[in-house]
Amino acid sequence: MMRRGITRRLPLAGLMVALAGLFLPLAGVAGGAAAAAEEVRIGSKKFTESVILGEAARLLLTEAGLAARHRRELGGTRILWNALLRGDIDIYPEYTGTLRAETLAKLRLESDGALGQALRARGLRMTPPIGFDNTYALGMTADRAKALGISSISDLARHPRLRFGFGNEFMDRADGWPALQRRYGLPQTNIRGLDHDLGYRGLAAGDIDVMDLYSTDAEIAYYGLKVLADDLGHFPAYAAVFLYRADLEARAPGALGALARLSGRIDDAAMARLNGAVKLKGWSEARAAADFLNTELGLKVSPGTRSAAARLWENTLAHLSLVGISLGAAILVSIPLGVLAARRRRAGRVILGTVGVIQTLPALALLVFMIPLLGIGAPPAIVALFLYSLLPIVRNTHAGLAGIAEPLRRSALALGLTEAARLWRIELPLAAPVILAGIKTSAVINIGTATLGALIGAGGYGQPILTGIRLDDTALILQGAIPAAALALAVQGAFEIAERHFIPRGLRARGQET
Amino acid sequence: MLMLEQVAKRFGAVRALHPLDLAVEPGRTLVVIGPSGCGKSTLLGMMNGLVRPDSGRVIFDGEVLSPVTLMAARRRMGYVIQEGGLFPHLSAAANVTLLARTLGWPPDRVNARLEVLSALTHFPRPALARFPGELSGGQRQRLSLMRALMLDPELLLLDEPLGALDPLIRFELQVELREIFRSLGKTVVMVTHDLGEAAFFADTILLMRDGRVVQHGSINDLTQRPEDPFVTRFIEAQRGHWQTGDGAS
Repeated sequence: MMRRGITRRLPLAGLMVALAGLFLPLAGVAGGAAAAAEEVRIGSKKFTESVILGEAARLLLTEAGLAARHRRELGGTRILWNALLRGDIDIYPEYTGTLRAETLAKLRLESDGALGQALRARGLRMTPPIGFDNTYALGMTADRAKALGISSISDLARHPRLRFGFGNEFMDRADGWPALQRRYGLPQTNIRGLDHDLGYRGLAAGDIDVMDLYSTDAEIAYYGLKVLADDLGHFPAYAAVFLYRADLEARAPGALGALARLSGRIDDAAMARLNGAVKLKGWSEARAAADFLNTELGLKVSPGTRSAAARLWENTLAHLSLVGISLGAAILVSIPLGVLAARRRRAGRVILGTVGVIQTLPALALLVFMIPLLGIGAPPAIVALFLYSLLPIVRNTHAGLAGIAEPLRRSALALGLTEAARLWRIELPLAAPVILAGIKTSAVINIGTATLGALIGAGGYGQPILTGIRLDDTALILQGAIPAAALALAVQGAFEIAERHFIPRGLRARGQET
Repeated sequence: MLMLEQVAKRFGAVRALHPLDLAVEPGRTLVVIGPSGCGKSTLLGMMNGLVRPDSGRVIFDGEVLSPVTLMAARRRMGYVIQEGGLFPHLSAAANVTLLARTLGWPPDRVNARLEVLSALTHFPRPALARFPGELSGGQRQRLSLMRALMLDPELLLLDEPLGALDPLIRFELQVELREIFRSLGKTVVMVTHDLGEAAFFADTILLMRDGRVVQHGSINDLTQRPEDPFVTRFIEAQRGHWQTGDGAS
């Protein structure tokens, strides 16, 4: 009986280490899959057309006997461009107009012909045009355009109270809204930034009057939209091409030949049809791409889509590894920081202030800040999630230690325990319930925030959510949202069991007594 | 055993303790008494370094207390406070044996000492597996005393050790405690605000007021040879209206 009393001390001190240890190994599971040898990595932007082209490239390369992987929906132009420069990806579909007017705008290139040399200087190349020209355009519902007598962008100047809704990329791009506004002298002030794919619904619902279009968008026909004439010729040509790294052919012989099969083969109408197959008929991008290659190029490729269960499993592994690594590292760092904050008042103010400021950064901004440092994929997402997980644990560790009753603190001192023994045997165990609550909060926030990781190619449950938003497909959104919520609940439940196990009866009983 | 030389303490603008000299003699019991805020707990805190004097020094067994010597000195002093200051996350046995275990005592020695102490303090052995929250007030004080005695210290410091107990248990425990102190021959310094308790335990009493010593002597010295009108007033007040006869009129 006395021995039992003595051996009781064991679990509490090791609890935090055990927790961190539990999360870290999860990490290895999905991390290992990333590094296969000499695989051609294709990237795509987060809109349907880009994903279809990425799938087409993947199928063509696979057909040519190369190992190819498509990292879909990585984000906007800048993310893809930087990923290509860094070598995180080897190929992605791009538009010449975007290169001239946005990415390389400082060079003021006069024509697409000058692009080749500019790219060469950066270790990049581009394929001949794929065929279609996906320029920007402005559009409104045909009825509204007719009622107001608007047929060109110049006509908009006479209606200053129209409400504009623009894709976020269009809002900021050098060739986007700011330049368009100057060129046409447009007076409107009611401008909203929104996701491109949600714009069509806003237009149909009458929440906005005018939106930006890609001229190959399938929705133009579907919603019966009026495309306003670019009468001053503001938008440059946006010929679709593949950009690739100069070393691609050396590393994957035959890759260029495979890509070249697509050159000049997809015209505007064909591209709009492919977009429509995905967005309106609910085909997968792989199926649309395969269908085109088989009928137009006479190939026999299969889309090679995976089952829903396989995708769920893959997303689960990716999500767990994001959460596991970032939370495990956050536990290991936060608890010592919290202890330091509780011990040294001045350091404490700096520590709590700093982690507080980190928490106020928007998650999306933090993710994007990480890209120049760590590229795309899991590493930047893990660092961002790690930073987000700090505050609740640091703050609760500090509060738990600061909240220890004075008589207990004095008793520990008066006994003559060493500083280390006071910390490990008395203070951390007494603060354990509060610290554990902080870890629980961090875990739940982390699981939710990790869905944003898909925006920069980290995968996880955010992937189906992102695709679902793009395709306006609620079922697909739920395929990510429900597992994420279930995971959050499961983790919360696991923590409650852990509390029952790790927090000794003496601390649990106190609450019931008072 | 313990010498305080010109120790003084301020808390902000308040002078908690004016410069004071005191010698605690080995094997004797000194009781420090006085109204709330008189500085008695501050004085006790200085003896084991929980309160650091602004000036003066504390000498324990020939060595000046300093950050270097403090930890070793504390292990030779037992300390008991009101409500026991017991660690709620540790069982009764673990509370008592914590320090000995961190010092690397072998389990046999730890358990043997625990046996001796639970017999000495009449602490029921089955209760050793319980947590402090599951014990009665009297048991908690016995436990706190066991913890203080674990390393067999030469000096015991008690800060209102029985203050939170109800009167009957307190009465019973007073008798037991005095027995224990006498049988062990320990040097004891006890802080209380209760004159009856002071008279019961003390070889000498130190009466304090506003951070100064008013009188230091036996209970007889205080009652029969008061050095200040406050001494008499304090004694009168402690007797209460019932004993002084006011209640009958």
